[in-house]
Amino acid sequence: MEGSGDATASATRITPGNALRPEDIAQQGDVPGDENVAAYALRLGDDALILAQRLSHWISRAPELEEDVALGNIALDQLGHARSFLTYAGRFDGRTEDDLAYFREEEEFRCLHLVEQPNGDFAVTIVRQLLLAVYQHLLYSRLVDSQDATLSAIAAKAIKEVDYHLEHARLWTLRLGRGTEESARRMRRALERLWPYTEEPFGDEPLHDELDSIAVRPSSLRGEWEARVQEILAEAGLEAPQVAAAWCAGRSGEHSEHLGFLLAEMQSLARKHPGATW
Amino acid sequence: MITSAPRSAVLHDIASRVADPEIPVLSIADLGILRKVTEDEHGTVVVTITPTYSGCPALDAISQDLVTEFSREGYEQVRVETVLSPAWTTDWMTEEGRAKLEEYGIAPPTGTGHRGPVTVGMSVKCPLCHSLRTRELARFGSTSCKALYACRDCLEPFDYFKVLA
Repeated sequence: MEGSGDATASATRITPGNALRPEDIAQQGDVPGDENVAAYALRLGDDALILAQRLSHWISRAPELEEDVALGNIALDQLGHARSFLTYAGRFDGRTEDDLAYFREEEEFRCLHLVEQPNGDFAVTIVRQLLLAVYQHLLYSRLVDSQDATLSAIAAKAIKEVDYHLEHARLWTLRLGRGTEESARRMRRALERLWPYTEEPFGDEPLHDELDSIAVRPSSLRGEWEARVQEILAEAGLEAPQVAAAWCAGRSGEHSEHLGFLLAEMQSLARKHPGATW
Repeated sequence: MITSAPRSAVLHDIASRVADPEIPVLSIADLGILRKVTEDEHGTVVVTITPTYSGCPALDAISQDLVTEFSREGYEQVRVETVLSPAWTTDWMTEEGRAKLEEYGIAPPTGTGHRGPVTVGMSVKCPLCHSLRTRELARFGSTSCKALYACRDCLEPFDYFKVLA
């Protein structure tokens, strides 16, 4: 992540060059049309960023080497999506992706509670992946048609990658759901633990009313999301649990207790050594 | 009389020399991530590339290599721009690129598979013994763009460049 062309301008310049730098987006004339577009991009970017951070924790801890690599790759894809969305969001008020990732406080983040949930055992991570991959897959498939050219381009790129994430989550769901008694029990427990957070992604906000034909209305994804998830669960011999929805207000900056700890770790280096380069 | 190649072709050739840092036998043109090379009104060379995967760290190295390659040829003003649209797919890879990949020991993407309710996996040919009796060890491999396979005949594990359609 990088500042405006100067290699040392950034707080934490992870790598030189970069996939989508603020200046690239500037050159393409990409500035969010108004604060609602910026706020919308911020939401999608925060979901991807926090999920990437969570998944990265599996590196060196996954049940097998191949899975280590798989989760690491998925985290990298999510980080790529986060960088694009956050760079775009930041263009609105002159902030960089670094500013947004490392120098915002907890209440300024707009991610869903679901992405904040701890990794738990492998079943919890897989269930979280399944719920989110189906959601992101539907969301990006629709966002491709956005009137906002930048959001559409990011989604068009992301959907191809999320395709693999969904397949990865689906295959593990089948394997664990139809595996041993213990693996199925853990999957059921993981579903009970995470299902309460599945209302929040579909909550409409006033900003969506202002973004007709730019944003995807969250509530419009609900039916298809549920149908697809249920279909995969049924195939795995599992079912959606009957549990009450948890109170979630991540989109307005009220987070679960877990986010603060995650951010403390993610942001500590950048804040302790402002201007440090890699 | 010898006419020199058009300037745009010269610039394109220079950019085409830059190799993918992870797969050095492939140039960025072979890979299909080099979109265009132009010159702006100030004489700055503007190279447009696109990432294979959103988070691909190789793009950073490629940007640096482009600047180096052009400065070696006397072009000091170089700007590398990144575009996301149209998104890269493995169809952008050239035939020559596919052949080079296979020779290098990486199975090239097997074309666009059927995309319907059921994902149909096409056989991946072992780049070493050319057997079609291979199996996927892991869908995610050493880099975002690769998966890990093994051959049932020669038993060698190998990288497969995944289809991104």
